[in-house]
Amino acid sequence: MLLEMAADGFGDRVALGPADGGLTYRDLYDSAGAASVRFRSDGSSHVAIADLSSAALPISLFGAAWADLPFVPLNYRLPDGELASLASRISPATVVTDPDSPDRLTGIDGIGLLSRHGLMGLVDGAEPPEPEWDMTGEGTAIELFTSGTTGEPKAAVLRHRHLVSYVLGSVEFMGADEDEAALVSVPPYHVAGIAAILSNVYAGRRIVQLPTFDADDWVALVRAESVTSAMVVPTMLTRIVEVLNAEGPDGPGLPTLRSLSYGGGRMPSPTIQRALELLPTTAFVNAYGLTETSSTVALLGPDEHREAVASADPAIRARLGSAGRPLPTIEVTIRDDLGDKVAVGQPGEIWVRGEQVSGEYRGSAPRLTADGWFPTHDGGWMDADGYLHVTGRIDDVIVKGGQNVSPGGIEEVLVSHPAVADAAAIGLPDSQWGERIIAVVVLHPAASATSDELRDAVRDRLRSNRTPDHVEFVASLPYNDTGKLLRRVLRSDLAHLGDGSTG
Amino acid sequence: MPALKPGSRFTSSVCTTQVIVVKGAGEVDLTCGGAPMLAATAGTAADGGQPADGASGGTLMGKRYVDPDETVEVLCTKPGDGSLGIGGALLDLKDAKPLPASD
Repeated sequence: MLLEMAADGFGDRVALGPADGGLTYRDLYDSAGAASVRFRSDGSSHVAIADLSSAALPISLFGAAWADLPFVPLNYRLPDGELASLASRISPATVVTDPDSPDRLTGIDGIGLLSRHGLMGLVDGAEPPEPEWDMTGEGTAIELFTSGTTGEPKAAVLRHRHLVSYVLGSVEFMGADEDEAALVSVPPYHVAGIAAILSNVYAGRRIVQLPTFDADDWVALVRAESVTSAMVVPTMLTRIVEVLNAEGPDGPGLPTLRSLSYGGGRMPSPTIQRALELLPTTAFVNAYGLTETSSTVALLGPDEHREAVASADPAIRARLGSAGRPLPTIEVTIRDDLGDKVAVGQPGEIWVRGEQVSGEYRGSAPRLTADGWFPTHDGGWMDADGYLHVTGRIDDVIVKGGQNVSPGGIEEVLVSHPAVADAAAIGLPDSQWGERIIAVVVLHPAASATSDELRDAVRDRLRSNRTPDHVEFVASLPYNDTGKLLRRVLRSDLAHLGDGSTG
Repeated sequence: MPALKPGSRFTSSVCTTQVIVVKGAGEVDLTCGGAPMLAATAGTAADGGQPADGASGGTLMGKRYVDPDETVEVLCTKPGDGSLGIGGALLDLKDAKPLPASD
């Protein structure tokens, strides 16, 4: 429906690629239709892609929808065994593959491989069939495997009605001017990557893809394609800021970039503050959401960023670290362990409700209450002005001496120390306290700081029970490529710093 | 009279207009070109006829239409010559207050 509207409304506009000669919306529509014929004739129950971003991504996304089959973007960076295991869970399936790694999924029962080049070849110039689409929106549009902290990944289910509701609730049809272009550098298996395709197609905004993120490449592409909007995860912005910083105060900057949005994890304040200085005419948006909520449910807008960074009022400044306010179509409440609402300003678990919220998993029980609330497993609080502050996964909370300690607060203090480039706070077993707080710190190249200095910094800013028991200096922290800090890897790598006692 | 809920889709019986419900609940006398709209299924199409006078201003693709208290909001997914209404009262174009792009 979304692509059909685009093709009918502005079919000659370029949907993807360079302004001169890229794929138009009409081309994308026709290609999706042609792809759907192949997917149907394969007899597949799912269409998947295990490949970097390319034109094959939107074509197979919309082609799967046309064929009324769930689309499953797979994390191609997983080791072969894990990737094969996910593929076998969606069998029988057609999987669009990376032409540089054609053999990764051979020999799995029910999995038919179609290389990216093969797909592009078969859709080129082909006529689409007459659409016979389900009009209820109940069909599954996307299944996205989400990594949990334990056990097998769960396949989050997003139905067409969830995604359509999200797009219609947050985007105006043909709202983009013809000269606009969006740079998408988040991988296809991140819900933000899917949301970006749907939103930009519906708005009529040309999509430019950067299949493998590199900060220098990103900056160069923004300039080469006159990119006007982009979406990044926080670790990408930190690197982009380093590149722009190195160009110096007389560097060319990014004058075409009208807006930059970010999400997918906590944004370190030094990064966002520096970005706001380096890009004074760019509108910044922080978008908070989860796979299960069809991405964004709350956002901190451009004016709110600028007002916060300029304000002397600490409550307004604090908004810079917030997720902003819920979308008009979304309800948010903060609940305690028993599921009861907490008072304004009190911490608890973030619950959300709205038409775009799914909470369904394939093969697992849905995570939804009887009245449609989705407990996010994120901790946070709402301030008196309705701003949502996200403190981190509730599973990552450190429990020391019977008190909950959120790693986020400690990490903020550490990262604001001039010698510290990056930091994480984890809990490891302690027979006396339950858990002990370990600060894991990466220093800037020429900088130095002592363990005591850093512990004192935390003690001065936060309550004393949040002071790290030990500071471990490391060369780097482990992140996945959607920018999420891998705390369980840290806990496991540094397990020897705990005393081995259990909870 | 159709039951409205977000996501439900309707087609005009007298022109090519199709809409999707963004907001709305309960039984609502949704009309286009003065005639009741039909629940959209893969095969529905107008079965001939013309929009009535007074309801033939046309409906524009991608635009949102609301009733006076904005309890009903529909979005046009296919344009047509008829005008949308609830019973005899025409719907208005909603003012667009766009959110900042987050994708």
